[in-house]
Amino acid sequence: MSSWIPLWLHKLGSPPTFYRFAGTLRPWAMLLALLLGAVALYGGLVLAPADYQQGDAYRIIFIHVPSAEMSMFIYAVMGVAAFIALVWRIKLAEVVAMESAPIGAAFTFITLITGSLWGKPMWGTWWTWDARLTSELVLLFLFLGVIGLYHAFEDRRQGARAAAFLAIIGIINVPIVHFSVNWWNTLHQGSTINIFGKSKMSWDMLWPLLTMMLATKFYYAASLFNRVRTDLLALEGGKDWVRQIAESEARS
Amino acid sequence: MSALQTFFAMGGYAAYVWPAYAVFFIVLIADTIAPGVRRRRVLHELRARLARQSLRQNRNSPAPPSP
Repeated sequence: MSSWIPLWLHKLGSPPTFYRFAGTLRPWAMLLALLLGAVALYGGLVLAPADYQQGDAYRIIFIHVPSAEMSMFIYAVMGVAAFIALVWRIKLAEVVAMESAPIGAAFTFITLITGSLWGKPMWGTWWTWDARLTSELVLLFLFLGVIGLYHAFEDRRQGARAAAFLAIIGIINVPIVHFSVNWWNTLHQGSTINIFGKSKMSWDMLWPLLTMMLATKFYYAASLFNRVRTDLLALEGGKDWVRQIAESEARS
Repeated sequence: MSALQTFFAMGGYAAYVWPAYAVFFIVLIADTIAPGVRRRRVLHELRARLARQSLRQNRNSPAPPSP
């Protein structure tokens, strides 16, 4: 590996540098999320035709599937950051892991509620204890457990280490959620999108779905940058760079 | 029925589709607002702490007696 990469990474890992970096990128990530989200909603709610079996009820897919994918994606990011935080004790990795948890919990909650609102007219029930639904509920509890454990300690960094440990153990649930529709006979339908083969969906329904999946990725980046910046201010309260920010914002 | 009414009716599934979208947006808007609120509180507390510290330092140094 060339020598500039570790140095560059080392600099980005320092809280004041990352604070500025995240502050610069956040508005752009949010703008992209809003633009792509608006395009996807127009494509999904207006342009895409009704489903021949599910009528217009299937349109919940344009938020349900991206949210479900984000719940697993964010858990994976949190798990990797937690691993880095435990092994190399990098403060920024701890913050990224801990601030990913509320966003992941938000997307998991959206997945469960929208799924319930889709299940009622299609399956005739709001909830059933089948493998996909139950493992997604466990994912929500894992996110909430990480948040709770983080805040249960007086010392924030000690709390982050305990919660990071829980996050790593919980990674086992991510493949269970993903493959549950193949491993068990469930009421939940199988996957519609196939990365390697042909998707079971016509293009005019598929492109709004893929666009929304991209929009939620950018949203996650924007939300994470926002949360990490705030958490860095709270953690580094005694440092000069935070004092300067506090004083300059008091004047404005 | 006008085109707009047809759109909002969602083929009879309006009671399921629109609440789903409402939950999506309400949760994400709350997620966007929350860090800003916390940020203001953190900076406010930090300024209060700095003010207390400077007050204490002034008291310890030989200063004019307080009334």
